[in-house]
Amino acid sequence: MKSVIKGAGYILVHTPDMVIHNGTTQTTERIVNPESEYLKELPGHIRSFEDVLSYYPNQVYIGNVTPDELAEVPQPWCDKVCHKNGRFGQFGQMMPQEEFLLLMQACDVFELVYLDKDFVAENKAKLAENPLIDETVMARVNDGIELSEIERLVSEEHSEGLYHHDKLVGCVKRAHDIDVNLSAHVVHENIADKASSVLALLAAVKNAGIAKEDVEYVIDCAEEACGDMNQRGGGNFAKSAAEIAGLSNATGSDCRGFCAAPAHAMIEAAALVASGAYKTVAVTAGGCTAKLGMNGKDHVKKGLPILEDMLGGFSVIVTQDDGVSPEINLDILGRHSVGTGSAPQAVIGSLVTDPLERNGLKVTDIDKFSPEMQNPDITKPAGAGDVPLANYKMIAALAVKKGDLQKADLAKFTVEHGFTGWAPTQGHIPSGVPCIGHVRNAIMDGKMKRVMVIGKGSLFLGRMTNLFDGVSFVIQANSGAEKAAGVSEEEIKKMIAKSMKEFAAALLASEEE
Amino acid sequence: MDLENQKRVKEFAEQYGPENVVVLLGAAEGEASGLAAETVTNGDPTYAGPLTGVQLGLTVYHVCEPEVKAEFDPAVYDEQVSMMEMVLDVDDIINEMSAIREQYCKYLDK
Repeated sequence: MKSVIKGAGYILVHTPDMVIHNGTTQTTERIVNPESEYLKELPGHIRSFEDVLSYYPNQVYIGNVTPDELAEVPQPWCDKVCHKNGRFGQFGQMMPQEEFLLLMQACDVFELVYLDKDFVAENKAKLAENPLIDETVMARVNDGIELSEIERLVSEEHSEGLYHHDKLVGCVKRAHDIDVNLSAHVVHENIADKASSVLALLAAVKNAGIAKEDVEYVIDCAEEACGDMNQRGGGNFAKSAAEIAGLSNATGSDCRGFCAAPAHAMIEAAALVASGAYKTVAVTAGGCTAKLGMNGKDHVKKGLPILEDMLGGFSVIVTQDDGVSPEINLDILGRHSVGTGSAPQAVIGSLVTDPLERNGLKVTDIDKFSPEMQNPDITKPAGAGDVPLANYKMIAALAVKKGDLQKADLAKFTVEHGFTGWAPTQGHIPSGVPCIGHVRNAIMDGKMKRVMVIGKGSLFLGRMTNLFDGVSFVIQANSGAEKAAGVSEEEIKKMIAKSMKEFAAALLASEEE
Repeated sequence: MDLENQKRVKEFAEQYGPENVVVLLGAAEGEASGLAAETVTNGDPTYAGPLTGVQLGLTVYHVCEPEVKAEFDPAVYDEQVSMMEMVLDVDDIINEMSAIREQYCKYLDK
């Protein structure tokens, strides 16, 4: 049985105050150098919601602008105004901070998130109008409490403040007095992740055109961990988000692997469906507050806006073959194994050329590669270069070494077989998967046949291994659809004649009885 | 340069003596190579890590520089580095690295 990509949801959340209060670059600076120039200058570099709406990469992420259109826009993009500036797109939406704080409260089931009652009164109607938010979610939004009580919870009870336009409007309480894994900081991070995952799930289910009840299994592939002091990463974000999203028939589990996790989760989802274990699986991830403003120092130093002000979320619905949707080819899987080693050419070999060669394909047989799709507008000023472009160059260079590509065509290859990056630098969010919505469209329109998604993860950050990790898979046009389109007129005549003969035989048989 | 790596470089320099340590970089472009080289010679230019204001003056090279390439078994170099050599702007890296070495390295003659 084949598994296909039925639909995908992509959401962004504008969180300017969380950049200042929760991004680790900023929280670390406040500890190490509280009087720094950076912290003083930072607020002047924060973008408005209108600014982020008219930012090209964001509009590509939610599906209003295509990657090809983005590639035509000269970089940098942060000083340009995108012609599309709506908050809703074909894949999802950009949510403003005020709605998101209410959604965070709605996602809290342990009375840990509190909002100022005036803030709730002012913004509740806005969230209710959001097309992805139904009455079951709205029923979870409570009326809020007095601001004075929130101030007390922050100053006396170690609560993490929730701010909007630099004003305290709520807080997240600690869930335990001494357990650091249930501290207000950790709970805040986890609920923000969960809430953005819920929004992504709702977008994906809607875009796939399935009923919420159809989803049988959810795999969360974000980078947070929830648990208590006796099981720090116990989980389960997947089921927690499924509950709020109303996926009543689903259970699920969390898949972790740093930035490689989304690619692992997609392969697992495809395999679960292909095996018949589940008919419909949702892969989902919310965003990461810690990474907000991660490269803020470089952006401020270069006079740029803080470009890492969006939480990202995505979700992909994988179902049994419908005869038309693009399929995940489980025969072409790349795998960086323990023994692969860390040399770039060994890495690219294991993820790209080895799986293709095993299936009689060359690098040039893949229309597009989707590795780490970080937005270069963010990474270049921070000295990290253009990450997707660096990946295409490595793939091309390995193809040259294998004799599948002329060295003179190296630069052309990176343009023809690569996408320009558009995803926020939220770790797992840019890792391969941002292309799936656009790729599904392009394959369905017959513009592409095969796309390779590559996820890579820096496992060494967890200090348990020095190893790097990565897996890859190929999305291709539905072979059933291809076959149906390729049936000749003569074959159809034969098929009709055969079934008429069978019908006549059945009639004769029934007369004889 | 990653704060944890700065700490380790500092510890190695103390443990083995700065004149006995060579730092080998694999950064993907000139500017990043230059920043890392500056960190282990003149101190952390971002004023964030343990090498802030610490002028170790260590000998530092990028793996794609000719002096380093000459030390390798060519077969190993071909297997491990040649693909990246094709991709990287090696001249830019050499320029950045040479400038930093000339300015800040204390042990080049040893």
